[in-house]
Amino acid sequence: MAGQQQALHTQSLAELAKGLSKGEFSSRELIETLLSRIEEHDRSLNAFISVTADQALAVADASDKARSKGEAGTLAGLPIVYKDIFCTKGVLTTCGSRILENFVSPYDATVVERLSSAGAVMLGKTNMDEFAMGSSSETSYFGPVRNPWDTVRSPGGSSGGSAAAVAARLTPAGTGTDTGGSIRQPAALTNTVGLKPTYGRVSRYGMVAFASSLDQAGVITRTAEDAAMLLSVMAGFDERDSTSVDHPVPDYVSGLTVSLKELKIGVVRQHFDAGLNEQCAARVKDALNVLEQQGASLIEVDLPNLDLSVPTYYVVAPAECSSNLSRFDGVRFGYRADGAKDLLDLYRRSRGDGFGAEVKRRIMTGTYVLSAGYYDAYYLKAQKVRQLISQDFKNAFEKVDVIAGPTTPTPTFPLGEKTDDPITMYLNDIYTIGANLAGLPGISVPCGFVDDLPVGLQLVGPHFAEETILACAHQYQQLTDWHQRCPEAYQ
Amino acid sequence: MSLSKEQVQHIAALACLQLDEDEFDDIVAKLSSIVDFVDQLQQVPTDDVVPMAHPLDQVQRLRPDVVTETNERDAFQANAPAIQDGFYLVPKVIE
Amino acid sequence: MNSAWEVVIGLELHTQLATSSKIFSGASTAYGAEPNTQACLVDLGYPGVLPVLNAEVVRMACKFGLAINAKVASRCVFARKNYFYPDLPKGYQISQYELPIVYDGELMIKDDRGEDKRIGITRAHLEEDAGKSIHEGLNQSSGIDLNRAGTPLLEIVSEPDMRSAKEAVAFMRKIHSIVRYLEISDGNMQEGSFRCDANVSVRPHGQEKLGTRSELKNLNSFRFVEKAINFEIKRQINILEDGGEVAQETRLYDSDRDETRSMRSKEEANDYRYFPDPDLLPVVLDDAFIAEVKKTLPELPDAKQARFVEQYALKPSDAAILTVSRAVADYFEATVAEFKDNPKTAANWITGELSAALHRDGMEITDSKIAPADLAALLSRIQDGTISGKIAKEVFEAMWTGGGGANEIIETRGLRQITDSSAIEKIVDAVIAANPDQVKQYRAGKVKVLGFFVGQVMKETGGKANPGQVNEVLKRRLRKG
Repeated sequence: MAGQQQALHTQSLAELAKGLSKGEFSSRELIETLLSRIEEHDRSLNAFISVTADQALAVADASDKARSKGEAGTLAGLPIVYKDIFCTKGVLTTCGSRILENFVSPYDATVVERLSSAGAVMLGKTNMDEFAMGSSSETSYFGPVRNPWDTVRSPGGSSGGSAAAVAARLTPAGTGTDTGGSIRQPAALTNTVGLKPTYGRVSRYGMVAFASSLDQAGVITRTAEDAAMLLSVMAGFDERDSTSVDHPVPDYVSGLTVSLKELKIGVVRQHFDAGLNEQCAARVKDALNVLEQQGASLIEVDLPNLDLSVPTYYVVAPAECSSNLSRFDGVRFGYRADGAKDLLDLYRRSRGDGFGAEVKRRIMTGTYVLSAGYYDAYYLKAQKVRQLISQDFKNAFEKVDVIAGPTTPTPTFPLGEKTDDPITMYLNDIYTIGANLAGLPGISVPCGFVDDLPVGLQLVGPHFAEETILACAHQYQQLTDWHQRCPEAYQ
Repeated sequence: MSLSKEQVQHIAALACLQLDEDEFDDIVAKLSSIVDFVDQLQQVPTDDVVPMAHPLDQVQRLRPDVVTETNERDAFQANAPAIQDGFYLVPKVIE
Repeated sequence: MNSAWEVVIGLELHTQLATSSKIFSGASTAYGAEPNTQACLVDLGYPGVLPVLNAEVVRMACKFGLAINAKVASRCVFARKNYFYPDLPKGYQISQYELPIVYDGELMIKDDRGEDKRIGITRAHLEEDAGKSIHEGLNQSSGIDLNRAGTPLLEIVSEPDMRSAKEAVAFMRKIHSIVRYLEISDGNMQEGSFRCDANVSVRPHGQEKLGTRSELKNLNSFRFVEKAINFEIKRQINILEDGGEVAQETRLYDSDRDETRSMRSKEEANDYRYFPDPDLLPVVLDDAFIAEVKKTLPELPDAKQARFVEQYALKPSDAAILTVSRAVADYFEATVAEFKDNPKTAANWITGELSAALHRDGMEITDSKIAPADLAALLSRIQDGTISGKIAKEVFEAMWTGGGGANEIIETRGLRQITDSSAIEKIVDAVIAANPDQVKQYRAGKVKVLGFFVGQVMKETGGKANPGQVNEVLKRRLRKG
């Protein structure tokens, strides 16, 4: 196909890496292409809070220069976007919140540090639900993100900016964080791949905390192969995070082709209960059949406490967030209300004005469930139910290697539809939350469309089984082309 | 409505959040519905269940007692809304 | 307080642990730096940063637990204590709540009658210190300095076992002595390394139910602890005797006015919403670790005191003074290692001259200008009669001000005692001859006049004569006549 090079913005990271190493194009060309696409398309999406064009071009040039001397890291010259929850030195880091609207981080998150030292080029910081609290990317102080498949609809959330940018081919890859589904759900709703690794697999240092025992950094890409490439760099022990796990990091890319022949895939009876859109169920069943044809066996399993995962989550996550967000007080950084008459007034107004409605609701919920007289009934109870849910997964993984099912109960929904009803919004995460409560790795892969809107297949594995779910997702993508589809306006 | 206005006021005070009047009514309603929703946990028998605080059964790692940080006050205070003579400023605290 | 009321006191002692770096960060804990120059991202509670526990802090807490015969938890957990205050950057303090590292300990003190009394120690838990606020010199603002934020603290909580301010102070002194023996804290109260809160209540004698307590804060010296508690006891008894009720509250001790006063009560802020810190994992200590730490325990004050009484035949009261601090005890033992003849003399000199000189110059014994071996040399010269105790004090002063070693000073200043009896007899005869009136008085039976003659002879010899010898010669010569 000499002279008929595939457009740069449509290529995957793996393809771009090859092109760069063969000298088919320079990193500068690649980065310029994507920056101009961001310039052109982000008006319709609002996927970015900051675009770091000058910095990106400088890094691209340096990368090209290094490459000419034969020095190139695994991700040298390749583009990446960061969800605006990752601290980036010298760059605005807002978490989608007014309270951090002027916050320039003096340090890099470990994830950023690792990707940068592998040579990745940051294009910008992506929009998100404020402090990652939301499933629609609408709670951002910087306005909602729009879904490239239908811009009156939500891309999901909270990592909706990264998902929309990857889906619209503004970048091949972006980071996200997943506390209750915030990577997998937007991936499913935008026809992208979203990987949430095992809790502790990737360092949380420099990732602004929402719920510390649930948060995990991951990636949104268009292929499982790209997710594997990035995870190989991001994963690993970090002495600055006490919850980071000192466990060897395999080469996730070389594990992608492990045979699925003997694989036992669990199909959860409770996943197909009422609540799951029938057409979504059909797409997921089609996908399961594809895997079965590769020699995997489908085995029915039970997660009897699945229904309890949402209420459990909405005790644990707000409790942790109410405490994690106490540091935002207008004293050392961030928004500070003017003309406070005393200290308490300063705190209350800085926080009252600085946080948006959803964040305030969660802080209030969390404060309530931890308060005197309610701790045992709510917080402690939720921690016990969390144990039951985790045990359900352990039991299931005694029978199967992965669990497969829908990522979300429905395709994406119009912006504004659920903002006034938190419970309905929360229930959108019913299939994803369990993996966070139990700390399991999960991935969402495009598996078809319902009324021209994307649907995702979720694969969840036992702790540290990233290789298995990535192999499964990768081989599924080799047999299907859903992920190749691009929304028309962004081709 | 499972939460009273007084309860919500108390929670807002604990959380140090100023809530506007219209915002306040909304939050009373929504917080109540959230509390009603999570109340379903009360039905679950959990007598012998050990509470789970962390997803992995790991223990705390210990750091050697070594000073690794240097003075970066200027860089850190670049983000501060009000400083003087190296101090962070807040409205006068009377005790 | 010999009234119908029984006083009940429990103490909370906040001990800063003497680590180089902070409990959860790599910032320095050194005292006295410019504001906020030792506050790193973790100490400032920056978004995204995380705590990692300092190993030394765990070792020190474990050491303390073993020293007070307590249980060291095989598994302990850090919890967040949530409240808003400007010196608390994260809006929560990382502390321990349900599962502290040390629990069920005890300590013996002397009660008001001098009897041994056991004081229970409920627990000792690890936590981070807060920063400091200053309220002067910044116009309408208070200034926040977070250098102290994150300094490791061991909070030691006693049972309400003390029945007087004196017992409370005795307990506090004992803990102070132990943490310094263990070298886990410098115990410097001026710098806030050792701070005390006291829970005080009173109840009618014989009543089982505890009275309502108040919590006294800001007790930053042993003296203030005693004064504040005594003030508070009187205040509470007065209220109760007037038919009133004591309010449960936090009270601040004002040392200038010697009174306690209520801190503006923030009732709402008292719901701390403790929960396990999700950023930190359970700390698990196995028997091997605890055994290792046990090996590093020094001899503790009580054991040392008993040994000093036994080994050096000291009075228990002298042994107690010498063993309050490990440095003093070490000094004593280093001295008697070189001066074996009379440990009692060594004890007297250390608790007397040396202690006074150190106090006068505001020095610690470890910085003493006279080393133990040098003091031993001086004491040996007293023991072998080269100089008198009186002259020795002069030599000591010279040594203190840098005049050299004892022997050198004695020789160059000619301070050697006159032991030649013919020389002394000569001087005695001269004194007798010069004071006929006094001789008459003595011979008339007024033996007290002997002191006058001794004084005169010592004056003539510049204090160098051996007083015993002088006495003996004088008596002999005066008898004649």
